[in-house]
Amino acid sequence: MKFAAAVLVLFVVVAVAAPAIAPHDPRATPQSETQKNLPPSGAHPFGTDQYSRDVLSRVIYGARVSLGVAVVAVMLALTLGAAIGAVAGYAGGWTDIICMRVVDAMLSVPRVLLLLVLVASTGPLTVGGIIVLLGCTGWPGTSRLVRGEVRLLKERDYVLASRATGTPEWRVFVLHVLPGLVPQLLVTGTLALATVIPLEAGLSFLGLGVQPPTASWGNIISDAAGRPGDTWWVVLFPGLAIVCTVLAVNTIGERLRERIDPRGRSRT
Amino acid sequence: MSDTLISVSHLTHEFAARRTMFGAPQATIRAVNDVSFDIARGETLALVGESGCGKTTTGRAILRLIEPTSGHVTFDGIDVLTLQREPLRRLRRRMQVVFQDPHTSLDPRMRVGRTVREGIEAHELAEGAEADARVARTLEEVGLRASDAAKLPHEFSGGQRQRIAIARALAVEPEFVVLDEAVSALDVTVQAQVLALLMQLQRDRGLTYLFIAHNLAVVERIATRVAVMYRGRIVEIAAAAALYSSPQHGYTKALLSAVPVPDPRVKKKRIVWDGN
Repeated sequence: MKFAAAVLVLFVVVAVAAPAIAPHDPRATPQSETQKNLPPSGAHPFGTDQYSRDVLSRVIYGARVSLGVAVVAVMLALTLGAAIGAVAGYAGGWTDIICMRVVDAMLSVPRVLLLLVLVASTGPLTVGGIIVLLGCTGWPGTSRLVRGEVRLLKERDYVLASRATGTPEWRVFVLHVLPGLVPQLLVTGTLALATVIPLEAGLSFLGLGVQPPTASWGNIISDAAGRPGDTWWVVLFPGLAIVCTVLAVNTIGERLRERIDPRGRSRT
Repeated sequence: MSDTLISVSHLTHEFAARRTMFGAPQATIRAVNDVSFDIARGETLALVGESGCGKTTTGRAILRLIEPTSGHVTFDGIDVLTLQREPLRRLRRRMQVVFQDPHTSLDPRMRVGRTVREGIEAHELAEGAEADARVARTLEEVGLRASDAAKLPHEFSGGQRQRIAIARALAVEPEFVVLDEAVSALDVTVQAQVLALLMQLQRDRGLTYLFIAHNLAVVERIATRVAVMYRGRIVEIAAAAALYSSPQHGYTKALLSAVPVPDPRVKKKRIVWDGN
């Protein structure tokens, strides 16, 4: 947990302080042919890619884009999921039935496939567009969890007691139901981060996500020349960054989940 | 009987036992079946019966915490079951509830003072320092300290928590309180203390109670009249003294025979009710 947190903090610091840390301009493409596909060395610790760009600087700037996109997309997905799940769970009846059938429909299509189809139909997207796309495909799971939690919470005696006191319905919800959702949302959000980071990387690798010359961990990998083995450093370092963050985020998420739910009862 | 505060007539509530995939009920269970009774201002009607007989559902239906399937409830001449949302909310200042389990009826994240204050704010009875004073006064009235307002529910014992729940109900100065097994979850000694408190409050404030319990012994001291409920129906309703001395219905006799006598030399005949 501590190690995972340290790794994550390191990446966040790198992302925030990118301009101060990066040794080179991540977009600079020196014309000189001699700068292409250089293996790691003192001048370029992570080597250079086929456009002579410094891979270390690109990984550092890529952290900004990859983590930024993931965090904002997850927040969007959580907000949508929490809102839809809370409405469905609290209102019940037809609202609930309709919301949950939409969720079922969305969950029946693999998210990657859904994303590919959507990007294919819209064409290349801006970073903002990718965030919206990842956010709008990420809410169904969250909404189902939140709905389940809300249905449990709204039957609690203290919620009934609050209503019986004459507290207006929206206040009952804000005072007694919403605070109960926070731990669950924290865990769901953390674990969602661990799926969104590789998703964005995958899309960017395929050229459907973050567009060059902006660096993201996914599209750096696609700048390897020839077979991946030829310029292994262009693949290895951004790949390691992805794996390390996902592992760190996942570990933290699992620990948080154990803490709020020690017996591991299912919540769907 | 003197002036009637609550009148319940032909109250029926059905639960869906099974639903179709679209949520329409397929099979129903009649938890409350054609229940009628009146409660006079200032009296305590005890509603007694075994678990699952529909007594809690009856209490909740009267307060419209659930929507009964059919029947009528009037409170001081107001038709409770047809009220719109806002008038219902305002009526709730006059009719309150105390639940059975004080460990689940208090929000674990909310400070006691805020819990007691919630109703005061909802009905705009007081603000700021005046509301604080009212919270303090109510806490003291139920035997707690004004300083307890700053604490969280887990810092209290079961009996104290139930006092907090009572304070929450009383803070809005209701006329009628549903005590839904309000002492059943407590130890016997604590039970006696809380009962004494409830009786004291009734005298001081002229409260009317619907006291729901599964044990006739608990009710004996507090009840003016007793209604015995069995499988969703009221099988007997009588003045407390009459019911205890000469129970009419077989189920009432069985319930009375189930009350333990704290004397090992007394051998009682236990009547088992077979449903007829």
